[in-house]
Amino acid sequence: MNAVEFADVTLGIGQRTVLEGVSLAIRECEFVGVFGPNGAGKTTLLRAVLGLLRPRRGSIRVLGKPPAHGNHAIGYLPQTRTTSVGLSLRGWDFVASVRRGHCLGMPFLGAEGRREVAAALEMVGAEELARRPLAELSGGECQRLALAQALIGRPRLLLLDEPLISLDPHHQAAAVALARSVQKDLGIAVLFTAHEINPLLGAMDRVLYLGRCRAALGTVEEVVTGPVLSRLYGMEITVVSLRGRIFVMSDGHDLESDAHRHDAAHHHGPVHA
Amino acid sequence: MRHAFAAAGIVAVLGGLVGYFLVLRGQAFAGHALGHVGFTGAAGAVLIGISPFVGLLAVSLAAGIGMGFLGERIAGRDVAIGMVLALALGFGLLFLNFYTAFASEAVALLFGDVLAVDARTVWVLLGLGLASLAALGLISRPLLFASIEPEVAEAKGVPVRLYSVLFLGIVGLATAGCAEIVGVLLVFTLMIGPAATAQRMTNRFGPGLLLAAVLALGEAWLGITLAFYTNWPSSFWITGLSAAGYLVAVNLGSRQARASAVEA
Repeated sequence: MNAVEFADVTLGIGQRTVLEGVSLAIRECEFVGVFGPNGAGKTTLLRAVLGLLRPRRGSIRVLGKPPAHGNHAIGYLPQTRTTSVGLSLRGWDFVASVRRGHCLGMPFLGAEGRREVAAALEMVGAEELARRPLAELSGGECQRLALAQALIGRPRLLLLDEPLISLDPHHQAAAVALARSVQKDLGIAVLFTAHEINPLLGAMDRVLYLGRCRAALGTVEEVVTGPVLSRLYGMEITVVSLRGRIFVMSDGHDLESDAHRHDAAHHHGPVHA
Repeated sequence: MRHAFAAAGIVAVLGGLVGYFLVLRGQAFAGHALGHVGFTGAAGAVLIGISPFVGLLAVSLAAGIGMGFLGERIAGRDVAIGMVLALALGFGLLFLNFYTAFASEAVALLFGDVLAVDARTVWVLLGLGLASLAALGLISRPLLFASIEPEVAEAKGVPVRLYSVLFLGIVGLATAGCAEIVGVLLVFTLMIGPAATAQRMTNRFGPGLLLAAVLALGEAWLGITLAFYTNWPSSFWITGLSAAGYLVAVNLGSRQARASAVEA
């Protein structure tokens, strides 16, 4: 069984078509980095997997079933946190809030729930952070707690939407390594969206590149090449590999780090905690 | 006197628990406004010849639900809420003008008169309190989840907006209850004061919730006791205790923060 299957899928928001006729299969236990220029549809793709957006055409299967709004086998880490509610609460309560959060009742965990929260915190090494209020934590520390939160409910598929935004290179490397180790320990599938490919090199099993309504899925060597990216970006792209890093160039500009700078300048909202 | 303690006890526990979520969600001012809107309901009810409490309850419940439906457009907007609040009090005043015999009752409604509570009111408040707490208990888990993680909650299939509406409806009921004890103008003191103090004192959800209820209960009962011995209004004492509790918590909190900053 595949973790995610797209068969001839077309996705759109309003008048705009984001993906057209895309077919792909992401296997269980696979770590896939999702890349593409701004607006290429990375978040849209994740929303479709979550069942928040119905495809215009084609069929999607998630863990063998059609996507359902409220699929509890999916752990989700959204790109940005729009609310400042609850920042005074300690990390533990923040992680615990997701446990059976869709069910009516009172938010008290019981012994089994406490064990599950403790296990998730231990897995990401955030036991200490869980004692402090969210407002006191750094972006990287909040990210760690958010990953623990995404692990509650024993998901078989993790969707991590731009977890590297607003982290410095050192913390980016740590976040990628953590996501990879969690993925291996649990034997689950991970879709990890990012602007820059370099922090994820070595951690990914395959890459998924989106652009101009199309998608290319394969190993880094297969996909991150001049011809494939030229097709997705719709312009002449040269891929330069230098000392273990990859530069995606057009007319001498490094496209990915340009995109990142551009994006960072436009993210005013609070970073996902 | 027994009636006063019973009524204040019921309302304080309800106000403390509801207030905890209200403060957590950053909707304290919205809660404050519901009381004022409720006053208009009470004055209007007298004008058309029904019980002011029924008017208070119906209008604050309706206003809470309405505010929930308007959602982000109003619940977090100070100016919009302030305008509604002022307009509501203006209408309340107009209704008073039409029905001057209501004036003395109006003062009790504005500032509360817990010593005048009779046995029937205690039963009504008990019913109101139990119903509101049952409703809050039923939705508290998804409400907490939807409050602190709206994006994840939406992705998990939680109807975030629905819980916002239900919660503000419960706030409307709690507001009406609090108004019976401390008056519509001072609902803040029983609903927000203890909850804000509790959140200053602990960052843990469960103990914070419990502390909010205990503080509200202690402040209400101690306030009535002090009113009995001094012959000053109980609402005055409750506001005093509520503010004092908050001040102490803020001072302790900043002292602790300084201490941990020094350690670090």
